[in-house]
Amino acid sequence: MKTFLNGLAALGLGIAMATPADAAEYPLKKPPQLEWSFDGPFGAYDKGQLQRGLKIYREVCSSCHSLDLVAFRNLEDLGYTEEQVRAIAAEYEVEDGPDENGDMFTRPATPSDHFPAPFANPQQAAASNNGAAPPDFSLLAKARAVERGFPTFVFDIFTQYAEGGPDYIHALLTGYEEDAEGHEVPEGTYYNPYFLNAVSLSMAPPLSDGMVTYEDGSPETVDQYARDIAAFMMWAAEPHMEARKETGFTVMVFLVLFGGLVYLTKRKVWAEVH
Amino acid sequence: MSGGHSTYTPKTGFGRWMDARLPLPRLVYDSFVAYPVPRNLNYAYTFGGILTLMLAVQILTGIVLAMHYASNTEIAFNSVEKIMRDVNSGWLLRYLHSNGASFFFIAVYVHIFRGLYYGSYKAPRELLWILGCIIYLLMMATAFMGYVLPWGQMSFWGATVITGFFTAIPLVGDWIQQLLLGGFAVDNPTLNRFFSLHYLLPFMIAGVVVLHIWALHVTGQSNPTGIEVKQKTDTVAFTPYATIKDGFAMVVFFLVFAYFVFYIPNYLGHPDNYIEANPLKTPAHIVPEWYFLPFYAILRAITFNIGPIDSKLGGVLAMFGAIAVLFVVPWLDTSKVRSAVYRPWYKLFFWLFVADAIFLGWLGSRPAEGTYVAMAQAATLYYFAFFVVVMPVLGLVETPRRPPNSITEAVLEKNKPGTPAAQTAGEA
Amino acid sequence: MSATDSTEHTRRDFLYVATGVAGAVGAAGAIWPFIDQMRPDASTRALASIQVDVSGVEPGMSLTVKWRGQPVFIRNRTDEEIEAARQVPLDDLKDPIARNDNLPADAPATDIDRSAGEGKENWLVMIGICTHLGCVPLGQQGDFGGWFCPCHGSHYDTAGRVRKGPAPENMAVPAFEFISDTVVQIG
Repeated sequence: MKTFLNGLAALGLGIAMATPADAAEYPLKKPPQLEWSFDGPFGAYDKGQLQRGLKIYREVCSSCHSLDLVAFRNLEDLGYTEEQVRAIAAEYEVEDGPDENGDMFTRPATPSDHFPAPFANPQQAAASNNGAAPPDFSLLAKARAVERGFPTFVFDIFTQYAEGGPDYIHALLTGYEEDAEGHEVPEGTYYNPYFLNAVSLSMAPPLSDGMVTYEDGSPETVDQYARDIAAFMMWAAEPHMEARKETGFTVMVFLVLFGGLVYLTKRKVWAEVH
Repeated sequence: MSGGHSTYTPKTGFGRWMDARLPLPRLVYDSFVAYPVPRNLNYAYTFGGILTLMLAVQILTGIVLAMHYASNTEIAFNSVEKIMRDVNSGWLLRYLHSNGASFFFIAVYVHIFRGLYYGSYKAPRELLWILGCIIYLLMMATAFMGYVLPWGQMSFWGATVITGFFTAIPLVGDWIQQLLLGGFAVDNPTLNRFFSLHYLLPFMIAGVVVLHIWALHVTGQSNPTGIEVKQKTDTVAFTPYATIKDGFAMVVFFLVFAYFVFYIPNYLGHPDNYIEANPLKTPAHIVPEWYFLPFYAILRAITFNIGPIDSKLGGVLAMFGAIAVLFVVPWLDTSKVRSAVYRPWYKLFFWLFVADAIFLGWLGSRPAEGTYVAMAQAATLYYFAFFVVVMPVLGLVETPRRPPNSITEAVLEKNKPGTPAAQTAGEA
Repeated sequence: MSATDSTEHTRRDFLYVATGVAGAVGAAGAIWPFIDQMRPDASTRALASIQVDVSGVEPGMSLTVKWRGQPVFIRNRTDEEIEAARQVPLDDLKDPIARNDNLPADAPATDIDRSAGEGKENWLVMIGICTHLGCVPLGQQGDFGGWFCPCHGSHYDTAGRVRKGPAPENMAVPAFEFISDTVVQIG
């Protein structure tokens, strides 16, 4: 049994080792690991931060990036009342129809509508942005992660590290550099050592200090903006994270107690045999 | 399903009435209550029960997910996201199903390695082993097709690469690939048929599982000593002894499963699958799910032509051969002693094989270039050598230690503290 | 000896019962998500209540909107239509109950109880489903100038009350309110 259990431990390590992880030469730098209000087993979103993130999205990012999977009604998660959500939605025009004449028309959005996209289709988005269509924001925080490398990704199981997306987004937004350090930067792109796919990307540095006004007194810096938009994007990608972790705690406590009872029963049952 | 004679006596009038017409209570009693199991089974033997439970979890979560999923390339990706966002408890069911696949494979790998370690495949359990291999093959097909359904980038490109295997077959390869895809590339017809088959195959697995358990109950369980049951004191009744022990193992397994589902549900997945499939743009590195990685490494290890077989066909043959070789294991092992407990050399080669399989898995996640290729070739060589060289040769040349006379003797010796036997035979 | 035996028994029985109860609780908890997922999802629930702008609906015109997957007729009635409906004695009605979700269940089917109420009596809001077998009746048709169901020939008057044919009840009035002079919220 002992040898077999040792073997199992080795196998467990192997499973962790076998997790997909690619040895790309990009990004040139790994994103620093930040503290987030939503990390760890009891993590929860900071509603104030999500509201600031939404403000950045609306004032800066939304001119190029869509947010297709998020409906206005979802904004109640951010702490807005139904009336506030209705008011936010009404600031947007969405296409509806066809009407009785067969024509499409626009109307103010309602809470059940999703955020309208800035471009009609991916082709138009690409054509308006030097051929690189800006990705949709809805799932980006789960669709981007930098390889953690051995043995860090084994430790990640125990530290519950699942914030690779927001860490990457923050690093990318704050990581633009003037000096390309000898790397060749193609025309019309911007050097960023944190970018996953190349030395540079088509998006110009989107944030600058003071460009979005905060009402809650948070610092109006690129660093703070980057944290807030990254947190907002994590919420957009995983809106039920808080419910997941809360349910998880109940389930874990139950399984530990139930496991203890089953173990005691097992010992009692087997006592007569051994 | 029990091979022995029945000891079931109905206690009530209704029980007697039922027994004369449809003796289902008798079948259940004989198979899952009175059925004798060796008293020295350790926790490695609880994974059969865990696998049955995982199959049930996958079928149940799968059925309810299918109530919300749409197998159309236009909306498949968004229908999965609708499950994650709008459907009540949808995120939980989806994460249970996606992580459940991984934990199904974790359990099946422990189960297979346990069989290899204790020689569970040896006569008279060859058919039992082969039925298990069939289940494993069906599981792989099911998991592969299930991974295509969310229609993310890895879904699409994984399907493209894996169906591409068939083009390696001379003459009819392209025809077979088009038959599987229903087109010239992975597209809507492919997604539809994969969904249909993904729904069908688990029920076929369940059918083969019934045969697997039937065969098991005919021969009886193997056990860590590898000695057959000889007397009544060698066994205990399935209920309550095995049921409560299996139950405890299930709860512990579920604890780990729940940890992944609730705290790191995307750990075993790939970020690229949160990007909708795009037939015009391949991700930088395509990797299959972790449970296929060793075979993926073997596929890519064949970079050279072998006589008339080019490297592409060679890789596909090696990969399928790596699974096919499992089917003939009962006839490759020539040892007279069943369990590795009494075979010091086999034990060594076995753990080397486990390490080799894990190493292959890691190599499968690396890009196929530079030293990784050479390492994958060496590891592939050992993978096959273990089956076709070590198993037959070692059985003839190795001098095993003397096993105890009976299971009862092994248990008594183990329970005697301080003796050397207590440590060496400490497998119970 | 027998005393210790029975304590031992009690303790063991307690353990078995506790384990069994915990297992049952766990099973019940595990079943819940499988039932929960069948309920209407968040996107469906978000449309359980809709707001309709009726500023463009002149007297004599009507609007059909989709609410909870069913058509809702919003009609701005003319004075003649209101008058015609008011002339009908309650005794002539096949179904004397208002069938109005905004009123008590036994409210009589007077014209005012069928309409949007005092000051809004020109507005008629009702689910456009024939109470016979679920077809959608045609507007401004039939023997009573209201609605006519082509499936089995039920006739409704200008207050949506069944007057002739196989339909058993007046067309249902859903819960609604005018949240301003021009916007009606249904549901």
